[in-house]
Amino acid sequence: MPAIKVSDLTKRYNSFTAVDRISFEVPEGTIFGFLGPNGAGKTTTISMLCTLLRPTSGEASVNGYDCIREPSRVRESIGIVFQETTLDKDLTAFENLYYHAILYNVQRHRRKDLVRKALRFVGLYDRKDEPVKRFSGGMKRRLEVARAVVHQPRILFLDEPTLGLDPQSRTSLWEFITRLPSEEGVTVFMTTHYMDEAEVCHNIAIIDNGRIIAKGSPDELKKGIGSDLIYIKVTDKEEAVRLIRDRLSLNPLRKGEELSIPVTGGEACIPELIRTIGDLAVSVRIQRPTLNDVFLNLTGKAIREEEQDSSDTIKDSIREYRRRFDRR
Amino acid sequence: MIEGRAIHVVVAREFKKFIREKSRLFSTIARPLIWLFLVGGGLNRLVPAGDGMNYLQFFFPGIIGMTILFSAIFSAISIIWDKEFGYMKEMLVAPVSRTSIVIGKALSGTIVSTIQAGIILMLFPFLGFKLSILQIGGTLAVGFLLAFTISALGIVIATFYDSFESFSVIMNFIVMPMFFLSGAMYPVSDLPGILKFLTNINPLTYGVDALKNVIFPTGTGSMGPDFPLSLDIAVLFSLALVFTLAGTLAFRRRG
Repeated sequence: MPAIKVSDLTKRYNSFTAVDRISFEVPEGTIFGFLGPNGAGKTTTISMLCTLLRPTSGEASVNGYDCIREPSRVRESIGIVFQETTLDKDLTAFENLYYHAILYNVQRHRRKDLVRKALRFVGLYDRKDEPVKRFSGGMKRRLEVARAVVHQPRILFLDEPTLGLDPQSRTSLWEFITRLPSEEGVTVFMTTHYMDEAEVCHNIAIIDNGRIIAKGSPDELKKGIGSDLIYIKVTDKEEAVRLIRDRLSLNPLRKGEELSIPVTGGEACIPELIRTIGDLAVSVRIQRPTLNDVFLNLTGKAIREEEQDSSDTIKDSIREYRRRFDRR
Repeated sequence: MIEGRAIHVVVAREFKKFIREKSRLFSTIARPLIWLFLVGGGLNRLVPAGDGMNYLQFFFPGIIGMTILFSAIFSAISIIWDKEFGYMKEMLVAPVSRTSIVIGKALSGTIVSTIQAGIILMLFPFLGFKLSILQIGGTLAVGFLLAFTISALGIVIATFYDSFESFSVIMNFIVMPMFFLSGAMYPVSDLPGILKFLTNINPLTYGVDALKNVIFPTGTGSMGPDFPLSLDIAVLFSLALVFTLAGTLAFRRRG
């Protein structure tokens, strides 16, 4: 049984179709990346799978439960990290997770242990009694991941989990996320518009304008758009070009100090290439197409790499101030 | 469906924050005191004593009503802050019903407000009242019912707003008029037409009137209660049911 099964799922707002008949399956214990630019329909899809939004048509099941007919069952089986923070900043890290455990029906005698385990998992156990408002953005995100797994869900949903985080926090958050399938058997469904993050997913669906335009493993998708490039540095370019053309019928191009040779089959070509040019070779490297190239190839545009700017943080603190001020 | 665990989380969380946030506790206690002594104290010299009581004594049930009004509304519109700061999503996606969340919010507002009303009530000896244990218990019971009614009303209001920009609107156009037109500050039995109408549809009127009934049951004339206690209680009880139902429906629809 797949952890998530979606067929012809559609969400329409009046005349605008946010999600247009998408279908995919996510096998249990894998990481699934839902990839696309902002506004492509990623969050809408996640909201429907989490039963926060009713689909216009189509079907979706999570952990074997129907998202429309059995929303409570679905909710019990999943953990979610939303794009925006949903922690209570006035409560401590421990309290945030403990209340979550109660809400998700964790048995009383297991609550504290599971909360502690989750806090240790993301390395925040030492700060469990501090109010969340003292945490950095990266720590809050880690805490949210911890909270989402407290009740030991079968499936974890992450909506742009690393948005607005610095590279270091991103890396450490990734470490926790990628450990989940192997250590806990959790299936991970995540959306992102960072192509490098999608590389670690087992499977990917690329969505644009509400439609899935490609599906597969990262390697499959990249193979789909064609060739790898082998870059080779040689002592004698003229001679090397001649040999490669005549004997291998490949078409090397001069690129600065190197020759670049488009090949199909990647590194399997390297031994023959070296045999052909013999002692002329100085160094060899291979460059594969990235998911960015895949996206570019499919849509004719580069995916936007946009960072959340600091104005959101400023807005937050103004709100916090006004909230306190207004209450007096 | 109503889940005890959801109510537990909502109430426990509100309580923890209430105790931790000293400024909130302070301001909700300080506001009635300022009104009682700075406004009431001044008017006490202007308004002649009548019906066997002075103005400060007349004002006292109104001040208890005010304490409950502000505290319960504040507590209920924490729903708006929960929406604004995201925590609401955490609750909405949990496997609990929205009805439980609404009831939890109403109960936490009720408990917090009743405690504050109880604190203000303890001032009675300084105002020259002699209250029996029964009257104190009765005041707290009426306070509890009023607090629940106002909390439920607050939830209905809160579901229509998504950000705290609406806060001053709620304060200036709902809360303050409710206070003024409740019989808390002046007798409302012989107000002219439209004001009389507004007074009669104001839930707080019946709360303040019930408090007067309990605190000075022998009060007569314009300073005394206007309705029998049984009517006050019946109106408050019905309104509590209506607001809870409306709040639940609105919350289910709009979040």
